[in-house]
Amino acid sequence: MEDHSTHGPNHDDGKDKGSSRRDFLKNLGLVGVGAATGAAALYSGHIFEAKKEASGQSKILLTQDGKLVEVDSLEIKARSKSGLDLLQSHGREGIPGKRWVMVIDLSHCRNARQCVSACQDAHHLKPEQYHMNTLQMKDSPDTAPYHMPKNCQHCDNPPCVAVCPVDATYKRPDGIVLIDNERCIGCRFCMAACPYSARIFNWLTPKDAEKDKDLVYNVELNVPQKLGTISKCLFSADRCREGKLPYCVSACPNGVYYFGDENEDAVTNGTTKETVRLSKLLRDNGGYQLMAELGTKPRVYYLPPKNRLFPFEEAKDNQPEKV
Amino acid sequence: MDNNKTTFEKLTLDLSHHIRINKGFLVWMGFLTVALCVCLYAYGLQLKQGLGVAGIRDYVSWGIYLSNFVFFVASSLIGMLISAVLGLIGVKWITPLVRIAETIAVAFAAVAGLVIISDMGRPERLAYVFIYGRVQSPILWDVTVVTTYLVLSILLLFLPMIADIAILRKKAQLLPAWLRPIYNVLSLNYADTPEQNRIIHRSIRTLSIILIPAALSIHTVTSWLFAFTTRPGWDSTIFGPYFVSGAFVAGCAAVIIAMYFFRSSYKLQDYIQDLHFDRMGKVLVLMCLIYLYFNINEYLVPAFKLKKADALHLHELFSGGEALMFWLVQLGGLVLPIILLIFSWFRRPLPMMLISIAVIVGAWFKRYLIVIPTQEHPFLPIQHVPANFMVYSPTLVESLITIAPFILVLMIITIISKFFPVIPIYETAKERGIEPFNSDK
Repeated sequence: MEDHSTHGPNHDDGKDKGSSRRDFLKNLGLVGVGAATGAAALYSGHIFEAKKEASGQSKILLTQDGKLVEVDSLEIKARSKSGLDLLQSHGREGIPGKRWVMVIDLSHCRNARQCVSACQDAHHLKPEQYHMNTLQMKDSPDTAPYHMPKNCQHCDNPPCVAVCPVDATYKRPDGIVLIDNERCIGCRFCMAACPYSARIFNWLTPKDAEKDKDLVYNVELNVPQKLGTISKCLFSADRCREGKLPYCVSACPNGVYYFGDENEDAVTNGTTKETVRLSKLLRDNGGYQLMAELGTKPRVYYLPPKNRLFPFEEAKDNQPEKV
Repeated sequence: MDNNKTTFEKLTLDLSHHIRINKGFLVWMGFLTVALCVCLYAYGLQLKQGLGVAGIRDYVSWGIYLSNFVFFVASSLIGMLISAVLGLIGVKWITPLVRIAETIAVAFAAVAGLVIISDMGRPERLAYVFIYGRVQSPILWDVTVVTTYLVLSILLLFLPMIADIAILRKKAQLLPAWLRPIYNVLSLNYADTPEQNRIIHRSIRTLSIILIPAALSIHTVTSWLFAFTTRPGWDSTIFGPYFVSGAFVAGCAAVIIAMYFFRSSYKLQDYIQDLHFDRMGKVLVLMCLIYLYFNINEYLVPAFKLKKADALHLHELFSGGEALMFWLVQLGGLVLPIILLIFSWFRRPLPMMLISIAVIVGAWFKRYLIVIPTQEHPFLPIQHVPANFMVYSPTLVESLITIAPFILVLMIITIISKFFPVIPIYETAKERGIEPFNSDK
């Protein structure tokens, strides 16, 4: 057909063009390699000179196993990267042998909100950002109102973890649900999935972004908070690692919180420091879980607000709820 | 034979005369480009300052970005309905509409991926979805099926077009000079041989069959982003078919609007006839009825029981803050179009186009009503937070970022329709008893 006749000569032309293009690329490659080698030589020379100038000074340092060593200051490198790696791997593994559990005694809560502020201080949160919030509850028109501290329930069947596309939020063997904000892509599927509204998001620049910018990210504290990622209650995993009670638990003036290890069947009250049997505490006081019917298997238990120590007062700073 | 030749010449000219850069095209694309730049500036602001430039906050954390994503995925489903379902059944009158439907499918599916990126807190970590992806997460399923559907749709747009490209390549005088080399490449040396036709025919058939489950998947999985949660309003077992049937409503409306404008601006009155509007009107009524049926199920069943959380949600929709939008969408975007389109008087081009605009606007707001009100009523009360956390209202920046995908869709549809025949030349010729490749013999 007519197309074929025009194809012949064109084809040859193409071949010529192709070979000259190859030559050109070959030359370009040679020039490129030469330039790169030259630049590398210059740069290594520069490093060597810089080293010579600063050498001769040494520092005495304490190693991890307690020895004092003398090191040339040139050999000292900041360990921030490996520090991050260490924190990240600790953060994934959890604390061996533990099954952390919290009990919240609603009969003791009078909405002091010191748990809230201690938590916000520890995690560098803005005033409207809550890992722990105290809610004013009224279950039906005829039942009495009560204050209910509410945090992440660290579910054993966590809906948030199930939906995360990148394994940024995960369940640790010690029961804690954490968020890795080096990983989070900010899709907020976990927020949609959580029935307890436990999760918050850094919509704009976090509170201490400027102050925290040199801090190594600690997944067990979620500090520094990162723009465009999730945050939530972590059961103060960093404090658990040190053998201390969580920030909120220690801050409560009214003996609302117990925290401890399910494996040991023991929980400690943050105010009185009294340690009691978890099973007995729940049995004697009618302990229950929040919305257990959803099958989330929370690790936070509530004791009902009976025989309350304080009369209910409407929270002053509370915004009127939208009807 | 001579007669055959002249009719074919006229047909080819009719269906390809719009393929050129004219003033109208430049003005239209210029307008779209300027508008897109404004929207991109808004997205730049969001990249710099964070998602907080939008009205979404901790309780309503999925706003119009997400409802827009649902809308885009929905609109892209029409390709499957027209070219796969009706095509495989052997419906003849769809011939001039298949390419329009596929173009819409490709444009909306391609842009849907971008819409979802605009909703990410850390868009620079997009690659993590592939590096660290958890197959258990419905988001991974969504990424997979949307990509698959897009590839299938592009192939289904391109394969039937090869013959047309080959026809126009031979009549190079019909094409602008700069377009000829592109046509040369895209024609893939097609010469109407039995072997080539067998391959193309088989490929199209296979793709059409695969397209059906792929299309059902994309919108079912999208509905699962909501239905996999326990929240009132989302916790529904019929969300998959509910979304799919709604998608066909939106898609049909999009095709009708496109038919109207292609017909008038490319002068295709002889090819997209009143008959096609009439038939598409009937398809739209059918789709609307199916969707209405799912709506009744979706709202009546929980409304009869009035479980505590459902009651709050439904009260908000039926008579609360969202009531005006809810009833406008349900009555104006669904019930009224059904009633009107039952009468053949309304199934003419202009009334159909106007009704379709009402339907598609309703479809967009319907997604808003599915996504947002549920989040304003979580199980536990919203307390101790600023007022803008309690009630969602989209910001200007957010609205601009939401408009951007529409501009992109219009650009893609304009470019495809402007540089390729909107109506299949080969198929149309065959249907009219003309042999397209032997006509000049």
